[in-house]
Amino acid sequence: MRVVIPNELKIRYRYPARALGIAGAVLMVVSILLPWAYAPTALDDMTYYGAPSPLQLFFAILPVLVILLLAIPLVGKARLGKAAKIVAWNTSAKTASIMSLIVAAVAVTAIAIDLGGLINVELGGWLALLGGVIAVAATPFLPDSPEPTLYRVKSPKWLQILGIVILMALLLFGAAYILGFEDADDFLMFAAFVVGVVMVLRQFGVFGWLGIAAAANNRVLVLSAFVVAFAFPFTQNGSDANMSVASQVLIFAATALGLNIVVGLVGLLDLGYIAFLGAGAFTAAILSESAFSTIKWSPPFIVTVLIAGTVSSLLGLLIGAPTLRVSGDYLAIVTLAFGEIFRITMNNLDGNDGPNLTNGSNGIPGIPDLNLFGFDFGKAHVILGIDIGRFANYYWLMLVVIALIIVVFTNLNHSRIGRGWVAIREDELAAEAMGVNTFTLKLLAFAGGAFLAGVAGSVKAHYDVSVTPDQYVFLESAFLLAAVVLGGMGTVMGVLIGATILKLLPEKLRFFADYRLLLFGLLMVVMMRFRPEGIVPDERRQLEFHDADEELAEEVEEDLTSHHAHLNPEVGGFVL
Amino acid sequence: MGVTIEEAMKSVDSSGRDVLLDARNVTMQFGGLRAVNDVSLQVHSGEIVGLIGPNGAGKTTFFNCLTGLYKPTSGTVYFAGEPLPPQPRLVVRTGMARTFQNIRLFHNMTALENVMVGMYCRTKTNALDAVFRLPRHRHEEVASTERARELLAFVGLTGTENQLSRNLPYGDQRRLEIARALATDPKLLLLDEPTAGMNPQETRQAEELIFRIRDLGLAVLVIEHDMRFIFNLCDRVACLVRGEVLVEGVGDVVQNDPRVIEAYIGSPQTTPYEQPGPDSGKGASDA
Repeated sequence: MRVVIPNELKIRYRYPARALGIAGAVLMVVSILLPWAYAPTALDDMTYYGAPSPLQLFFAILPVLVILLLAIPLVGKARLGKAAKIVAWNTSAKTASIMSLIVAAVAVTAIAIDLGGLINVELGGWLALLGGVIAVAATPFLPDSPEPTLYRVKSPKWLQILGIVILMALLLFGAAYILGFEDADDFLMFAAFVVGVVMVLRQFGVFGWLGIAAAANNRVLVLSAFVVAFAFPFTQNGSDANMSVASQVLIFAATALGLNIVVGLVGLLDLGYIAFLGAGAFTAAILSESAFSTIKWSPPFIVTVLIAGTVSSLLGLLIGAPTLRVSGDYLAIVTLAFGEIFRITMNNLDGNDGPNLTNGSNGIPGIPDLNLFGFDFGKAHVILGIDIGRFANYYWLMLVVIALIIVVFTNLNHSRIGRGWVAIREDELAAEAMGVNTFTLKLLAFAGGAFLAGVAGSVKAHYDVSVTPDQYVFLESAFLLAAVVLGGMGTVMGVLIGATILKLLPEKLRFFADYRLLLFGLLMVVMMRFRPEGIVPDERRQLEFHDADEELAEEVEEDLTSHHAHLNPEVGGFVL
Repeated sequence: MGVTIEEAMKSVDSSGRDVLLDARNVTMQFGGLRAVNDVSLQVHSGEIVGLIGPNGAGKTTFFNCLTGLYKPTSGTVYFAGEPLPPQPRLVVRTGMARTFQNIRLFHNMTALENVMVGMYCRTKTNALDAVFRLPRHRHEEVASTERARELLAFVGLTGTENQLSRNLPYGDQRRLEIARALATDPKLLLLDEPTAGMNPQETRQAEELIFRIRDLGLAVLVIEHDMRFIFNLCDRVACLVRGEVLVEGVGDVVQNDPRVIEAYIGSPQTTPYEQPGPDSGKGASDA
């Protein structure tokens, strides 16, 4: 995949490559003034001359970035001053051209599929592709930029906070916009564009800076993230469609965070985790006021939540105590079996094969909506002139639940217990030899993770209205695990992102329903090949950048620059 | 190999200090292989004892028997007068900590975190304390961070607190492992080849570090191949060959013992084909 071009070639052709790259990018920008498609039904009507559609305009941002990234360094090292060295111009230009080609390719493919053949792709579409190909072919001949050092730049607090606020605003806008798409191909093209911009910014060094800003203003970050998440229902104008997806995402994310303790922190492979969510849901359903619940005692929901969590964690202890002595593949098989046993047991507790607890495969339907402190979750409320519907109510409840889960997760992670967990993940034998009680800690992780899943399950029961055994199949466990691995094991942010992606994609890509699993498989393969540590790597790895020690940072900087200069005086630092 | 335990014991200098570690007739058998055969060894408090022997002599296996990683086939290990508990983590609690021949740090944790893991068995914060940030968590966290910094400074790793241990240079990793072992607040420190792979300067630093550890009042039992290092350092040396204690005593006695010389470089009478030299291959028992 990676094309290795010898340094001599890079030095020799750096000017033609730069010119060619800019030419390709200009071609792409010009292409949006031409029609891309023959008929308006593909994407968002790309049939006009001189009047680009919104998606075309978004697309154009990427080639414009390419032009800027390639052209700005031309004004010279002297005039750019410090800015010449702290960001990665060339590397991010390469990424920008690759991503614009990908977005153009997605658009052209979508047009061809929607309208029935490549013949329906108009000149503009071909021009965009051609420009992309030229840019992608040219940019590898640029010398690689050194790692961006933007994160070392000392910035005032207001600027850091402004950065975070802008990021959050973009997030809210992006989320609202991306959920607004009805068509799978519109969604895909916009998603590819978003991924492109994110990757370019990351290469450029913006994310390194944001990471430092976020670490320095942790409270601001967390607060603004929750304000944004809280504000999200107001962007939906009372529409329930997206809020339903959003609350499903939160339930899924809450469960994934529980699994993250087991998989991400302790490093135990659990393939039957969905059973704990199911146990919580069934407990809540049985204790609800549903006419079909088999136990006629209905405690207040707060009590139900605690009972559901406890039942789940007891199950965790039950499965963990005998099996946590095995590890690795064996544990995966045992937990896989446990997930199946749970589902089949719930199917069989129908009064024929055992006591009637779950009504068998019919499950428990008709679970009433929650009513907490007089707030009826089933009814729409008008707040600030905007309808806040049933799903938005549950969304807010799950937001509170997730906030609590995050607090539990981070507090545990940053404590004696969390250190013990990570030590077990790193080297179980050494941990044991250093006095860590590995068995008890593993059991605690199992029970604790299960408790969180049980809590999420108890809300899910009311949200789903009915609870049946076939909601808790192995595939769901696999998705949970995929969310943790995809997002970044052991992190909160990563798992939230992973869960969002894995829950959102199937909702928006109903078009691909038959190929859903194929797509996920591909996604996982690609991730494992190019970014095995997940979208957000473990913060323990980020600690490398964390050093607030100014002297040390300067020392490292000096080291790095002299190192680069020593290695290759021409390519080092900053080369046109 | 006609030396009985009693004979070997005669060379022990009975200094009258209390016996900290007392391994009595420890035998470790793996199937048909007797890796450690009837070994007895005593370590007094405040003493540095060396354990030498050719590759595959069973030194590390003996270490594993002492620290609870292996359960000896027969024989008993007493620590401070009590028989050792059967699990490594309980052994650590009684006051015996070790390092590993091949460094086994927690590679994706910072140096500070590594040392703090060592403090696990001396702290009591439970999950509820941690989740609700109760006073016990806060006090212990502050105290153990402080102590971990002290220990890092003690072994000469100031300034590396927030570096991931896998990014540390080799010699620093060895010292970090010692700091982590010290964090368990041991009375006896077991070092498995602490200078393996070190250059002479680093070896001297390690030597000086071990003396400072002894000055803290700890006893040290050290496995090493570097003879100059071991005879400089140790009050007593035991030589283990093919799972048995060949000779034990002060440096000079062991160094000049013809059987030790024979074990290491062979005797004039035997041809090298019949009596492979000590470095001719790693024994399976030295796991």
